[in-house]
Amino acid sequence: MENYMDTKGRIFDIQRFSVHDGPGIRTIVFLKGCVLRCKWCCNPESQSYEIQQMNLGGTVKTVGRDVTVREVFDKVRSDMPYYQRSGGGMTLSGGESLCQPDFAVGLLRACKEYGIDTAMESTGYADYDVIKRYLPYLDHYLMDIKHMNSAKHEAFTTKPNGKILENAKRIARDCHHLIIRTPVIPTFNDTEEEIAAIAEFATSLEGVSEMHILPYHKMGVDKYAGLGREYALPDIEPPSKEHMQRLLEVVRSKGLIAQIGG
Amino acid sequence: MKTFYTADIKKSDRITRLVENLYKKMPEIEADRAVLLTESYKETEGEPIIMRRAKAFAHILENIPITIRDEELIVGSATQAPRGCQTFPEYSHEWLEAEFDTVATRTADPFFISEKTKETLREVHKYWKGKTTSELATSYMAPEALLAIEHNIFTPGNYFYNGIGHVTVDYPKILKIGYSGLIEETKAALAKLKLGDADYAKRSQFLNAVLISCEAVIGYAKRYAKLADMMADGCADYTRKAELRRIAVNCERVPEFGARNFWEACQSFWFIQMLLQVESSGHSISPGRFDQYMYPYFEKDLKEGGITRESAQELMDCIWVKLNDLNKCRDAASAEGFAGYSLFQNLIAGGQDRHGVDATNDLSFMCINATEHVFLPAPSFSVRVWNGSPHEFLMRAAALTRTGIGLPAYYNDEEIIPALLSRGLTMEDARDYNIIGCVEPQTPAKTDGWHDAAFFNMCRPLELVFSRGKDKGVQIGPDTGEFKYMRTFDDFYNAYKTQMNYFIELLVNSINAIDVAHAERCPLPYQSSMVEDCIGRGKSMQEGGAHYNFSGPQGFGIANMADALYAIKTLVYDEKKYTLCDFKEAMDNNYGKDMDEHYAEKVTKAAVHDLVAQGKTVSREDIASIFAAVTKNPCTDAQKEKYAKLLADIEAIPKFGNDIPEVDAFARDVAYTYTRPMEAYKNPRGGMFQAGLYPVSANVPLGAQTGATPDGRLAYTPVADGVSPAAGRDMNGPTAGANSVAKLDHFIASNGTLYNMKFHPSALAGTNGLQNFVSLIRGYFDQKGAHVQFNVVSRETLRDAQAHPEKYKSLVVRVAGYSALFTTLSRSLQDDIIKRTEQGGF
Repeated sequence: MENYMDTKGRIFDIQRFSVHDGPGIRTIVFLKGCVLRCKWCCNPESQSYEIQQMNLGGTVKTVGRDVTVREVFDKVRSDMPYYQRSGGGMTLSGGESLCQPDFAVGLLRACKEYGIDTAMESTGYADYDVIKRYLPYLDHYLMDIKHMNSAKHEAFTTKPNGKILENAKRIARDCHHLIIRTPVIPTFNDTEEEIAAIAEFATSLEGVSEMHILPYHKMGVDKYAGLGREYALPDIEPPSKEHMQRLLEVVRSKGLIAQIGG
Repeated sequence: MKTFYTADIKKSDRITRLVENLYKKMPEIEADRAVLLTESYKETEGEPIIMRRAKAFAHILENIPITIRDEELIVGSATQAPRGCQTFPEYSHEWLEAEFDTVATRTADPFFISEKTKETLREVHKYWKGKTTSELATSYMAPEALLAIEHNIFTPGNYFYNGIGHVTVDYPKILKIGYSGLIEETKAALAKLKLGDADYAKRSQFLNAVLISCEAVIGYAKRYAKLADMMADGCADYTRKAELRRIAVNCERVPEFGARNFWEACQSFWFIQMLLQVESSGHSISPGRFDQYMYPYFEKDLKEGGITRESAQELMDCIWVKLNDLNKCRDAASAEGFAGYSLFQNLIAGGQDRHGVDATNDLSFMCINATEHVFLPAPSFSVRVWNGSPHEFLMRAAALTRTGIGLPAYYNDEEIIPALLSRGLTMEDARDYNIIGCVEPQTPAKTDGWHDAAFFNMCRPLELVFSRGKDKGVQIGPDTGEFKYMRTFDDFYNAYKTQMNYFIELLVNSINAIDVAHAERCPLPYQSSMVEDCIGRGKSMQEGGAHYNFSGPQGFGIANMADALYAIKTLVYDEKKYTLCDFKEAMDNNYGKDMDEHYAEKVTKAAVHDLVAQGKTVSREDIASIFAAVTKNPCTDAQKEKYAKLLADIEAIPKFGNDIPEVDAFARDVAYTYTRPMEAYKNPRGGMFQAGLYPVSANVPLGAQTGATPDGRLAYTPVADGVSPAAGRDMNGPTAGANSVAKLDHFIASNGTLYNMKFHPSALAGTNGLQNFVSLIRGYFDQKGAHVQFNVVSRETLRDAQAHPEKYKSLVVRVAGYSALFTTLSRSLQDDIIKRTEQGGF
């Protein structure tokens, strides 16, 4: 059988000294390709599995490269001293890591064999049989729940939420540590009622006690132009600090440990 | 488990006012010391130099004007005006006289000087012609060394023109037994001498010089006691009157006798610290482990109710203010190299004790408080970190870092202790280390480390490889052959090493010449009396009286040389894409780039200065045409295109600072070209040379003397600082940069290495931010880095980063829920972050 370290996958970035997506100092591996097409997505270059050209400030950059688990893991383990000192590790992000199961599971497995903490930011949109393969090697599942209303979910992300909510229940039961995360997007889900509904769902999940609300930001806007695409939400502005604070209270009132940002 | 008092201790209003008063006026040059010194020297012609030094010191302390500033609790000022400075003509003075009319208007560290003072000093200087340490040192130097200095290969300027300083004396001993105790010890040593001893003459003279110096210091303190009493008599304010009476009691008691309480200990400390800087003009006189030797007085006094935590904190804060009251005027060039009026009085908290047990205490925390309360450059505040350091202590230190003050600097016991052991220190002495000046480790009260002996520009010898050792038409280095015929990379690298070795020997020659000059003309009996084993050996530190002796010259430009040599290896020898001739041509033409105006101005000034020095008159038009010639690159478009391609190919090559094992291993080897040869040399005090890798701020002015280098660095721009990657070339974030730097051999650079990291305060936000920050330091130190300090940048820096993104490619900022490299953000987002910084909140 082929060594799992030789498994190939497609990534578009590795970011070291990341301190916001999971505990401690982390290295984030961004996998290419996603199932959803969220209108606000701040990493539009992550959505297509294809290798693309992106023009940023006059410089054309190739987005996406094919790598083996070993190549990526070599980079990841370079920061071992910092993981050990901070309780950090590797976080898979994207894109959607569930789209490249052999590669992603290979990376997680490599980390666990070296005692490195693992986390994954994920939409949870996949067949549960696929998700199940990840869980033995995953310490923290950071799962997005974007909206409780399926029609609205579909309108803004191109997919209904049924599968995601079903998976959330099973993941809650089967994984080590599940945190629910919600990007707060004006015109989509930024009312107190909408956030309250998600918080209530989170509370209903077995063993879940934490929820993060992530304020919308415009970091990715320039990238749309760079990819020759139009940004679908040109008119919205990041929510105010005060509004985020109110939403935080809403989440807390449901009995959850809550924070703004990752 | 030990628990510490970690709650806030409030800053008193007095401290705010003391700081305000200190900074009301531009610092001023005063002539009293120079006048008194000269009076005494004229009286003592023909006597042994050590006696002349002691008598001059005593004459100064008996007669120099004294002052107690408003609201001070700790008294003793070297000058009438706050932050003023005395001058030290016995070391050098020509530069000062030449700069009389520009010293108040220069950009780096200006000083006011009155016409009267100018006149007085001109008169004084007449006596010193031919009598200074710098003149004697020059006469001792080999002509080759003088030539190398003239051509800016290295500069031993620090001790060439000034006193040495760079010492930590036995504060705890004086606090405990006072100078009366030291006098007894000295008398006992004198009594033990036999008239028939071969070295009786020199020993007895030295010990008598110590006696004179100690008596002088006691007398000086008593002058303050009288002044305080007199001021109390005339003081209407009841509270201040009581304070002045207490000050009088303190000065009557210390430093003659041992301190009985915390306030006396603080006052005694201050007299020692200040008077060392009246005896000589050396900087980096470092208080060292203040939290350790002050603790017994604090603990006892607190228990007995003599002080509260608040009053003790106020006294410490007062000392912190006083450390900024001391000042030193340097020549214009040195002022740029040491910019910021800094005296590098390094004070360190935390770490292990002599027995390897963690020594952190409540005063360690109060040192951090004081630094935060006073928020001034002095002391150069440092903390020691080891595997057993209390987490809460490092968290408190990290919170201080977050304020943006650039302090503390963090030092790694796990690297420094073994490095010192390898240099012959005992385990106990090594564990007891403190830091001198910038980053130089040594054991206190036993070491004459000569830490800042010179700056060596590692880029210049590489230029000489391309010119067969010639600079501006003069043969200053060995002829290493025509570069075109260097067939292998090893040939080329060996030529570089030949140039390095040659100039390192000249560096040693010049440093040792200066060393001898100090021993002969400026031995320091007062300072020596507090360093073991000067009294036992009966000789001054300058003559080799200290237990441990070193000389530590600094190399810098490692990152540039690593990247440069790696570029040549890759593009010329491995890929054969370019020839060395291509490189030479491109560098001679500054890669076809116009010179940055800022640097062009400097180069023009230097050129004009040279012309004037040659006795030529320079008109306004001449200056304009020089400037135009310097700024505008005369290359044709075809040339420019060709060089741009080479520059792009150089840029594409992996660089030091990105955690690339092959490049980092290469950098490690390049650093050895400086650090290894150094170990072979000895100094006149019987000690060895040990290299340091840190630049203070000299990487900027010395970069201005260096042409374009093969790493793509443009002419006259700064070279990389310390062991840090070249500016803007570490692009994989702080952990990757730290991993690269940790891969250098820090142990062999036992005179210290310096690693600067840039952060925006937002990256340290919240408790989690601090936790991760501490983990970053610990992770770097696990890999045996010696030192790290953080430049937590201001909004001004962020603006500069917008204007010059190439300089800030590795600057991390926190955006919202995440951190990012500042220069990769869109302009509008950058503006937003700057705006938020102005509002001061995240």
